[in-house]
Amino acid sequence: MTVATQAPERPAPVSDETGAGRRPRRDRAGTALGRLRPATAAGLGLVTLWLSLVVLIPLAAVVVTGAQGGWSAFVDAVTSPAALSALALSAGLSLAVALVNAVVGTTIAWVLVRDPFPGSRLLDHVIDVPFALPTIVTGVVMIALYGPASPVGVNLVGTRVGLLVALLFVTLPFTVRTVQPVLAALDRDAEQAAASLGASGATVFRRVVLPVIVPAIASGASLAFARALGEYGSLVLISSNIPKQTQVASALVYGKLEDATDPVTSTQQAASLAIVLLAVSVLVLVAVELLQRKGARRHG
Amino acid sequence: MAEAATSPAAPVGERRTGRHVVRTLVVAYVAVLVVLPVGVLVWRAFAPGLGAFVDAVTDPLSVHAFWVTAEVALISVALTTVFGTVAAFLIARSGLPGMRLLDALLGLPVSVSPIVVGLALILVYGSTGWFGGALESAGIQVIMSVPGMVLATMFVSMPLVTRAVVPVLVARGTDQEQAAESLGASAAVRFWRITLPGIRTALVTGVVLALARSIGEYGAVLVVSGNVQGQTETATLRVDTLYQTLLQPDAAYAVTFVLVAVAILTIVATSLLRRSQGGTR
Amino acid sequence: MSIQVRGLTKRFGSFVALDDVDVTVRSGTLTALLGPSGGGKTTLLRVIAGLEQPDAGTVVIDDRDATRVPARRRDVGFVFQHYAPFGHLSVARNVAFGLEIRRRPKAETAARVDELLHLVHLEAFADRLPSELSGGQRQRMALARALAVEPKVLLLDEPFGALDATVRKELRQWLRRLHDEVHVTTVFVTHDQAEALEVADEIVVVNGGRVEQVGAPDGIYDRPANEFVMRFLGPTTSLGGRMVRPHDVEVLRSAEPGAVAAEVGSLRRVGFEARLDARVVGSGDVVEVLGSRSDPALRDLRPGDQVWLRAVGPTVDALPITEEETVVGVSGAEGGLDEPATLDVAASPRASVRGGVPA
Repeated sequence: MTVATQAPERPAPVSDETGAGRRPRRDRAGTALGRLRPATAAGLGLVTLWLSLVVLIPLAAVVVTGAQGGWSAFVDAVTSPAALSALALSAGLSLAVALVNAVVGTTIAWVLVRDPFPGSRLLDHVIDVPFALPTIVTGVVMIALYGPASPVGVNLVGTRVGLLVALLFVTLPFTVRTVQPVLAALDRDAEQAAASLGASGATVFRRVVLPVIVPAIASGASLAFARALGEYGSLVLISSNIPKQTQVASALVYGKLEDATDPVTSTQQAASLAIVLLAVSVLVLVAVELLQRKGARRHG
Repeated sequence: MAEAATSPAAPVGERRTGRHVVRTLVVAYVAVLVVLPVGVLVWRAFAPGLGAFVDAVTDPLSVHAFWVTAEVALISVALTTVFGTVAAFLIARSGLPGMRLLDALLGLPVSVSPIVVGLALILVYGSTGWFGGALESAGIQVIMSVPGMVLATMFVSMPLVTRAVVPVLVARGTDQEQAAESLGASAAVRFWRITLPGIRTALVTGVVLALARSIGEYGAVLVVSGNVQGQTETATLRVDTLYQTLLQPDAAYAVTFVLVAVAILTIVATSLLRRSQGGTR
Repeated sequence: MSIQVRGLTKRFGSFVALDDVDVTVRSGTLTALLGPSGGGKTTLLRVIAGLEQPDAGTVVIDDRDATRVPARRRDVGFVFQHYAPFGHLSVARNVAFGLEIRRRPKAETAARVDELLHLVHLEAFADRLPSELSGGQRQRMALARALAVEPKVLLLDEPFGALDATVRKELRQWLRRLHDEVHVTTVFVTHDQAEALEVADEIVVVNGGRVEQVGAPDGIYDRPANEFVMRFLGPTTSLGGRMVRPHDVEVLRSAEPGAVAAEVGSLRRVGFEARLDARVVGSGDVVEVLGSRSDPALRDLRPGDQVWLRAVGPTVDALPITEEETVVGVSGAEGGLDEPATLDVAASPRASVRGGVPA
């Protein structure tokens, strides 16, 4: 697995059941809270404090602030014409990107794992580029080629196509990196057995390989979806932020934050929108976690 | 050699062509989507001439932006490394309940929008925020200042160190530490002489990734910094300013090139690290 | 440096790994803890080492109570099944580890490392990394490392379990010779009864968290205390409601007192052995008989012939095989089992026979 991918490849942490007759795990720090070693307790305290200050409390503040005006204010903020079109645009683009990546990403992973050729390694590294680049840098890179001074005469500024291309760039690694390890770990014997039973290549793929990699594909697609939904930096230049046309959800939220007229309400509205985005983020996290576990169970 | 799932029916020649077609399509897709734009950017960064490039990159405000980026990134990475390592040990070794949840929580930064991250932080640490007021009266300015930007970059790079270290800890198990213990090593000795060397490569990889992430953060830092030129402007914010506000696309391309170079260096570094870990162990 | 364990109990959650175990290991001996996987022998070893803390009971090493003493101060050497090499250190540094953390002078450490590497025949590998060694070499390094600090007691947890059969046999003999040279009180855990029988001075059979029997290899083999021990240590067959070793069944051509009538089922020659299956007249139980090819009693036997069978070696009450019992050692299969032995010997009435020829 490579570089900066968040695509989770986590093994299960140590903390396993000790059933009668099963070989029990030996844990070193004491299972019951009461027998906590001082170092572990200190570590736990540190991590809890850090997480709270950096992540949990701030996110809680978003939820609280967004709900501050009551249910009707929340609904108004989230269903205003600008909000609806921004959310719909973001959702639509993200879905499209997730689906494209499900197919393309899997194909790329397949080529990388099953069909190594001279230059495969380079291809593998190039896949990491979108993940390593700062988002604004991606935005500028897009503009360099697809902007007003485009060397190929293609100007995508202010168009949805431009948004799509930028998002495809940004989400390229996600499915590739979730599917790659699963493909690499596949037991080829099953495929060869199917072939010997008369199955064509396509059938073998559909019936033997695909079922195993589907959780990984779904996992990568979900991550791509979540990333695309909240994406800002790579879109800000190429979108021109035209309301109802190319204004994505994150741009709308940012716009509200920068709105100097009635900052309190604007902030509240921004937070309300953020709640929607957050809810999707959490859902994706849960989905990915479940898919990971499913995938792990399949592997045994 | 990897062979696509074979079918007894299709003759070998057809299979090979099929493979080549797919291979070509994949390379073409990646080339057009990624390599082409980046290539064009590199070209445009230097198209106005090397002198113009150097001028843009050494502009005092740009240089200051690089410094701010470096400062924020280094502080952020140092703290994230500590947190990340502790979290990794908790997840992999403590056997405490809830570690799975902690591990899952670490996935948040990937799916939360950077704008939302920025918003979340100013709601707590801004002058009208939950803690902001109290902090400001104590003389600590978080938002529109380095601490806020550090928080933002820590949020987004949070999982990188942990996720790099946990698999190695789990794979190694505690056998070596137990062996050291039976040979008379105290907990401290075991940690410094056995555990740490064992996770060294993974830890460095995580740190490099966190560094790259911190250098590259834009959206969250945009919201949190107030983007005051010459003060809280990072390199990424500088690119934005150059293009959108100052309407100097060429200068923007130049600074962008520097960031692209850093990103590529990161990829190379992690690739080398991974190879060193696989090799002599 | 003797070891005395009294009343040792250890639980993992609701699973009882050790139940009131008493064991004495005499100084200078090479003792095997033998038993099926999951039976508690590794737990016992680790408690002795101090790598686990018992819930009850005491561990006395060299006449000093070590129960609450942490592992690193017990002066025990421990060797793991998967060697636990310090991957980032060379072979020499691995062996030197214990001495280095005790701040011994460099010259002394170097000399001792040298001595040990010679002892285990790894002198040529001193500067290599463990990853460059074979499994057998890594285990020898692990042994050298453990011996470097002159422990009072050497403990080995299935030391040859991860090795190929040939290497296993070589190293097991090598361990015996090493012990004869070095004379450290050694305890090793194994699920391989052939290994225990071949190498150990004394065998402690551990099953289900309890000690089934303690004794010298011959004693345990010839005079098993109960059915579990008999089954685990070698092949068994059942004759007249009693369990007996296939090679202790006498084949007679005419009826004699104490002999049971049976009909020959099949007779196979395998190498120098002759294996006979006979069906007892009336009950239909199959009895396995093992003899040598040249045994006159087995010559010219054909399927269907009538013979009489009599046990001439130690027997044990054979209990009817229930579903819970795993087939342990019926054919004397080498290599252990992955499933924990579920034969609940505690629940069954202990067999009374302690060797001796039945009438």
